[in-house]
Amino acid sequence: MFSGILWPTLTLGGLAIFFGVVLTFASKKFAVEVDPRVTDIRGHLPGANCGGCGYAGCDAFADAIVKGEAPITACPVGGAEMVNQLAQVMGVTADVTEKHVARVVCCGDKNSAKEKYEYQGIHDCKAAELLAGGSKSCKYGCTGLGTCVKACPFDAIHVVNGVALVDEKKCTACKKCIEVCPKNVIELVPISKQVRVLCKNVEKGKAVNEVCKTGCISCQKCVKTCKFDAIIFENNIAKVDYSKCTNCMMCAEACPTKTIYANFENRKKAHINDEKCIGCTICKKHCNFEAIEGELKGKHKIVSDKCVGCSACHAKCPKKAIEMK
Amino acid sequence: MKIAAILISAILVNNFVLSRFLGICPFLGVSKKVETALGMGLAVTFVMGLASVITWLVQIFVLDLLGIGYMQTIAFILVIAGLVQFVEMVIKKTSPTLYQALGVYLPLITTNCAVLGVTILNIQEKYNLIETLINGIGAALGFTLAIVLFAGVRERLETAPIPKALEGFPIALITASLLSIAFLGFSGLSLFQ
Repeated sequence: MFSGILWPTLTLGGLAIFFGVVLTFASKKFAVEVDPRVTDIRGHLPGANCGGCGYAGCDAFADAIVKGEAPITACPVGGAEMVNQLAQVMGVTADVTEKHVARVVCCGDKNSAKEKYEYQGIHDCKAAELLAGGSKSCKYGCTGLGTCVKACPFDAIHVVNGVALVDEKKCTACKKCIEVCPKNVIELVPISKQVRVLCKNVEKGKAVNEVCKTGCISCQKCVKTCKFDAIIFENNIAKVDYSKCTNCMMCAEACPTKTIYANFENRKKAHINDEKCIGCTICKKHCNFEAIEGELKGKHKIVSDKCVGCSACHAKCPKKAIEMK
Repeated sequence: MKIAAILISAILVNNFVLSRFLGICPFLGVSKKVETALGMGLAVTFVMGLASVITWLVQIFVLDLLGIGYMQTIAFILVIAGLVQFVEMVIKKTSPTLYQALGVYLPLITTNCAVLGVTILNIQEKYNLIETLINGIGAALGFTLAIVLFAGVRERLETAPIPKALEGFPIALITASLLSIAFLGFSGLSLFQ
């Protein structure tokens, strides 16, 4: 009876030990030598294998970094923190770039852009594109069939009421959606920039108005409103120059068709720290909106109603007494 | 003649996925694209062929000899897991190209029930070594055929307008069952006469 337990235990135990020994031996014998930096870098990478860097997955990217073929900033997903870690591994200094996000440059949802016909074909923007440029009356706008949604590896883009919308918290700027979009309505922009012109229609105002209620009608009110020369108007469409835009959101307030979008909840206000303010009036001179009061040598005050959060005073204050929040 | 019968039976009539319902996990999991499905199929073919032979040897020369045939399941799991690990290492060292094609799928097969199933069936059917090898490879080819066909259909489904409630796995399961019914047609083949 005892041997009935002993034999199976011994045999299976023996087999297990045999395989254990063989595997240990094999792992030594067949060990592939890898540059330790590759493993290190691979550990810091996000591991989503999205291909946003232009290489076939994170492993290939780690290889390319160590070989010196790829810059450490090529990964759009990891963000500044990861770039710093990679810089440490590689012993180089990183010039950190601001995080970008994809944004859909179209606001012609089902309420504002009409349908030309009822589309019943394959549920895919590229397929719809072949049929007279999609069912939406505006041929420049988002088709809304979600080819980008399928392409997004991070579940960061969804079609809401006929227009794709990017969830900026989830977006990693991997450019997958930009590549697949047949309409080219998705663009990468710095995440801190709040104002966006949501239209790509280059037709004249009347033609735009006929196809979409929220399209850019070339009225150029935004160009006149902007105090920072940050709106370029060409090809019958307004475009924000993000190197000049200060997030003051005045253009969004002025736009009659609400083509220019800005989330006013994110609008900042300047606050003057009374302890640091010396009453030099520099901020007052630089305010384009007459939102700062106060005399020379006296404490300055912000007129909250007038301040639009452009940060011009914040940048110019010699005493760093102005905070934006 | 018997070998041909075993091969055709394993590929079509008793298809491992569609009529024996083994290896369903990779069948549903790795079948979103034809390319990956093919890679998985090749990896399974490779492992099943090897595992069939090795487990047959283990059964005859270890388990039967000691009269502990009832430990078959546990011993086979051990052998297959060890074997897959070993093969993975060898491929990684000797052929980086093959490793890139199969490497990702190998760990998935370690505990694949289709592999265990084919090895146990080999013993139950009292096959000799050649027949065992043929049955193993035939079963794997059947798996490959099923998963590639399924992946082809799923690629089409991606762009088809599917009712909201059936999107994703529900429609995949319906497709799988239809495929399975289609393969049922092969059961009319009488191979052993």
